[in-house]
Formats: sequence, structure tokens, C-alpha cells
Amino acid sequence: MSDTHAQTVAYVRDTMLDQQDPPLNQTGAVKWIRENLFSGWLNILLTLLSLWVIYAALSHLLPWALRGIWDASNLSQCREIIAELYGPDKPAACWAVLAERWPQLIFGFYPKELYWRPILAFLIFLAAVAPVLFSSVPRKMLWVSALAPFVLFWLIWGGSLWGPIAAILGFVIGWAILTFAAPKIGNLISVILAIVVPVIYWLTLCGPLAGALASVVPLSLQTVPTQNMGGFMLATIIGVSGIVLSLPLGILLALGRQSDMFIINKFSVAFIEIIRGVPLIVWLFTASLLLNYFLPPGTNFDLMLRVIIMVTLFSAAYIAEVVRGGLAALPKGQYEAADALGLDYWKSMRLIILPQALKISIPGIVNTFIGLFKDTTLVVFIGLLDPIGLSNSIRATTDWNGVYWELFVFIGLCFFIFCFSMGRYSLFLEKKLRREHR
Amino acid sequence: MKKTVTLGALTVAALAAGAAGAATLDDVKARGELKCGVSTGLAGFSAPDANNVWQGFDVAYCRALAAAVLGDPMKVAFTQTTGQTRFTALASGEIDVLARNTTWTFSRDVDLKFEFVGVNYYDGQGFIAPKSLGVASAKELDGATVCIQTGTTTELNLADFFRANNISYEPVPIETNAEAQQQYLAGACDVYTTDASGLAATRATFETPADHVILPEIISKEPLGPLVRHGDNEWGDIARWTLNALIAAEEYGVTSANIAELSSAPTNNPEINRLLGTEGELGAMLGLDAEWAKRAIMAGGNYGEIFEKNIGEATPIGLSRGLNAQWTEGGLLYSPPFR
Repeated sequence: MSDTHAQTVAYVRDTMLDQQDPPLNQTGAVKWIRENLFSGWLNILLTLLSLWVIYAALSHLLPWALRGIWDASNLSQCREIIAELYGPDKPAACWAVLAERWPQLIFGFYPKELYWRPILAFLIFLAAVAPVLFSSVPRKMLWVSALAPFVLFWLIWGGSLWGPIAAILGFVIGWAILTFAAPKIGNLISVILAIVVPVIYWLTLCGPLAGALASVVPLSLQTVPTQNMGGFMLATIIGVSGIVLSLPLGILLALGRQSDMFIINKFSVAFIEIIRGVPLIVWLFTASLLLNYFLPPGTNFDLMLRVIIMVTLFSAAYIAEVVRGGLAALPKGQYEAADALGLDYWKSMRLIILPQALKISIPGIVNTFIGLFKDTTLVVFIGLLDPIGLSNSIRATTDWNGVYWELFVFIGLCFFIFCFSMGRYSLFLEKKLRREHR
Repeated sequence: MKKTVTLGALTVAALAAGAAGAATLDDVKARGELKCGVSTGLAGFSAPDANNVWQGFDVAYCRALAAAVLGDPMKVAFTQTTGQTRFTALASGEIDVLARNTTWTFSRDVDLKFEFVGVNYYDGQGFIAPKSLGVASAKELDGATVCIQTGTTTELNLADFFRANNISYEPVPIETNAEAQQQYLAGACDVYTTDASGLAATRATFETPADHVILPEIISKEPLGPLVRHGDNEWGDIARWTLNALIAAEEYGVTSANIAELSSAPTNNPEINRLLGTEGELGAMLGLDAEWAKRAIMAGGNYGEIFEKNIGEATPIGLSRGLNAQWTEGGLLYSPPFR
């Protein structure tokens, strides 16, 4: 080391200075606000404008909502209380209508003393979807998922427990044929038998068997007819059934549309295009009106079942197209790799193609589901009591004629909670599955 | 074109259902429940209360019918029908009787193959306008914007009225009554037109009802009544005479308060005796027992009591009897004699 500088430079610092905090206006919230909200005259202007708009909206909405009356037996009484408390020109919400009628908005006309049944059904439903949605849940819970549809049906509609049990037996028969008979009689025949035998069983033996069992050990809940169901319960039943049934159907249709087999391919294309090319409301009217003409008079084919079938078919067509998008996005090499490994069609689909294609399709699928769930409100036009229909019925009573916003705010909030959580779940799933960028 | 197709489809359905539903009475008795179609919501006419029990003027008729046939006014399954679904629901046998403030018209009776069993409310189309508009008659409405529900007879009546009076208007199409109320209050239209009963019910919900006037003109006839399918005259008779029993009961002064006393022993009015089954065989002719009318009246009272309870002047809807008074009091209600 030279010592030249030791003479020429008066002072040399031989220790490091401690780090200083950045200046106050370059850190934390202040910096963020300066950079994002007030970084130039245009942004300052837009920020102020936005603040004013937010203030204007909230200054009307919040006092109206917060002043709200929760305890009144009808609208005119509610208005009197408001006038008494706040004077004439102060608007206030009449939340009392919700306080009195919220069970109706949630459950429709389901008997009050049986509310525990749909609530329990909802909890079981949550337990049943947990293992499907989250891989951290123990795999054994999948048994709950498999049995849930039957238990839920029994809880919500009531009737004899032996009906669902006899129906499960059909699946057991199919499974038994696949496992035990397949090695002896060959794959194709056993698959066909596993489909045909349970169907024959359901059509012929299932009913009498359930009846016989019920006469020996009567295990039944009070039956609740479909027409007593309404509100969010109805929307959830239709929405969830539609979602659960349309996903597998949609995937099959997407595969069918890609298939080389002429009839399957053309059938899938025709199905998708026809269903997708007609508005849902038309299909709902078909379900409620036209089917009555085709079925023999006196047949009582449950309206909700008809609606669920239509909604399922409708959203399956959309899901098929979304999944087809995912399939098309896969590089050809993936298909070829699957072939090169010697996998047959179903194995290559199950192990290689679909896991990737479905991952790509998640946002689109969830988007379709959210749309489907909200579309359940369309059933109001065929006389089913969805939340909107119930809001009309509540308004038709002399007590609450003239109430609008309170009911719609409540319905909107409930739908938002459902749809927002679906959207969040889809984001969670995308993050979890995003392997290539990790 | 669209209408023709609908009518054609309805006709086919009515023919098919007419053959199958020839014995509605037996079906209802076997089922133990009357299926009654009501509206999705019209204040005072049909609406569920907080305990899920249906209430209203149309509902009361269904309860009376159930009481007459099944002996229990609560054994009714109410099906909500919209303007579009009501006729198919009846034609296909989904409901046994439709009591949904439906206007009795020629084409509905003849072409759609239904049978109106009477009139339970004489309505007519009217106008409501804000007082500040300063009109005293509908004929002064030249150039006004009019809120009107689409697809109803009111739309056609409105066009007829304005054309007949040689004045112009601008329609504001609206889907439901609830929407119409909001639009009218928001000033989207100068006047709102629908059935006068609906106008009164609507006005009753306003924060300041006194600021709005119902104009004196009634521009159409809207006889509202229950209806059944063509082809089952026995069932039609039961539905018709249940309605007549309610009306006749008011005329003869039979109320839910004194019916127990009047029916315990024959009175000196033979008409009441035949009505209540203490004399004669009227019930058996209908295929019911002798006390059918007694039960129907006890379900919710006579016509007057039902009216007062659901839509009368003591209720927020506050309709006066007007045309719906008994013929003895200057109204149109006139039950054929029970003999």
C-alpha cells in the first residue's frame, strides 16, 4: 500500500457510516401515496375526482344503511319510526323486512321446524367437497364425498332412507362386476355389463326393494315437496347440482369433440352447438312448459329436476368448449409422448393430457360456474321461487309492498359471497398448480 | 305467428289433458290436496306471510274450494304462476284450478279451452298521476309518457283509448308492477296505467300517497275470475258453485260468525237452508256431502268478509266495494239461486 495519499489527503474515514433511514417522503405510505396517487397534475386531478365520487356515493349510502330500522312489523310502521327518529327528509333503510323474512329468503317455504335439515345438509356438503377441493384434507374423506349426494337428497327431500340406500346398491353392483368379473369375462364386456345391469336394477328391482326394506324397518324423515323449497336453498341446490354434474359431462363432450370416431364426434358437436346456440331461458321454458306436452298427462316429473337437467346440459356445453380450449393449448408433443409411452387412450387422457388441460382451463371453468350460479335466478320466470321470486312474493304482502332496495341489497350480498369465494378458490388453485414458474 | 303457435300448442295440450283429467274431483280427493295456481305476487290477492301461509283474496277462494271438497281449507298446494306459465300449468293438469286475477275474455274461454267459473272481482283499467301534473281527466293526457306493463291486455286497451279520443301518448314499456312503481316514482313516466285495484295497492305503498291521484276514467272491463279446464263439467260446477256460495252467503247475511247457529237447525229462510244443507239435496247433486257450502263459507267467511279482510277499506290497499257490491246494493255481484 502506498502512503502517498496519507500526506496529500487531509482526512480519511476509516470506519463505515451507519445506514440512515431514507427520508420520510421516500418511504412507506407517504412514498406509495406520492408515487401512485399524486405523481403529476393529471393523477392529482383524477385522485381528487375519484375521492369525491367515492365520498358522494358513500355519503348517501352509509347514512341510509346505518340509520336503518331493524324492528318494525310493516313498511308504514317502519316509515313512521324513521320520521319520528330522524325527521322527514332523512332516508333510512327498513331492514326490518329482512329481520322478519330472512328465513324465507334463505329456505323458501321449507317447514320452520325442519330448518336443521338443509343446514345439516349444507355442512355435510362442505365436508364432502373439502377433500375434492383441497389436497391437504385426508384422502379417506373422499368416502364422505361419494356418499354425500345420497345423504343430501335424503336430508333435503325427506322420505324413506331405504330409497337412497337401494340406489347406492346399484353402484355397488356395477363396481362388483368391474372388479370381480372383469378378469374372467374380459374388459369390454364387463364395462358394458357394469352399466347395463345397474340400470336394469334401478328400473326394476330398486323401487320394490326400497319399499320392502321400508316396510320392515321404517327409517324415514318427513317428506318435503319441491314446491316448498325456495330462496337461496333452491339457488344452491340447482347451482351445485348443475356444477357437479356438468363438469364431468363437459369434459366428456370436449373429448368427444376431439374424437376421431364419426358418430361420437358429430354428436358432441351437434349437442354443444345446439345447446349453446339457444338462450338458457328458452331451455327453461322448454323444461317447464313443453315437456308437459310430450310427457303423458298426469306424469309428475318434478319441475326442479327438469330445471337441474336443463341447467346441467346448458353449462356442460360451455364447459366442453372451455376444456377444448385447454386441450388445444397443449403442445402436440404431449399427445405423442403419451403414445410413445404405450398408454391407451383413457390412460393417456387421465395421466397426461387432462391434468394439464384442466389446469389451463381453471379460470374459464370457474367463470362458467359463477355464471351458472347466477343464472339460477332465471328460474323466477317459470314460477320457481328463487331469491328474486321470493322478493316479489314478499313485496306482494300488504305489509311490505313497496320495499325494494333492502331486499335486493341482501340478495346481492349473498350472491356476492358465493361467487367471490368461488373466484378466490380458483386463484388459490391456480397458484398451487403453477409448477413451471416456481 | 308466435301467438298462433302458442294457441295451437295450448289447444293440443288442452285436448290431451281434457281426456285424461276427466275426473278432477276424484284426483283431488285421492291426492288429498287441491292444487291451486296463484299469481307470483299481487298485493292483497296472493302472497305468503312470514309463517309461509298463503294469504289473499284469490287464495281465500282456493281455501274455500278445498274446504268444500276436502273438508280442510289448509289442504291446498299453491303453485305460483307467471303471466306466461299460468295457462299451460292449467292445461297440462299441473294445477286443478287457476285463481290468478285472470281476465275473462272470449278467446281465453273459447280458444284456449278453459272454463271461467264466474267473476270474483270486477276490475277495470285506470290511470294514476302525480297531483303536480295537474290533470283531472285521462282525456287531458295528450302527449303524456305512460308506463305500461308489456304483454297484457292493458297495453291494447291503452292504445284503443288514446285512439278513440284522438290524442297521442308515448309508451314506456315495463315488465313488472314493482318495476313500474319505481319508474313512476322516479319520474320516468307521467302516468302509470294498470288495473284500478293494482293502482290503489300501488298508491298505498307510496311514502306520500296524497300526492298522487287516480284519474276517474276506467277505460276497460276486466272481469277477473277463477278458471278450470274445459271438459270436466262436474269439477267446473263445483268450482262455480263454491264461488256462488260465497257470494250468496253475503247476500243472505250468512257470515262466519253466525253460520254455526244458522246451520244447526233449519231457519225460516229456505234459500239459506238449501245453501247450508239443512234442507234439500244440493250437495249430493254436486257429488259432495250436504255441508260443502257451510265448510266453504267457514274457511274464510262470505265474499264480503274475504273482501274486507284482504283488500277492503280497512286494509292498506283500501279498495271500496264499487262494482263488487251485491246487486242489492248497486253492484254487479249476483249469484244464481240455490234451488
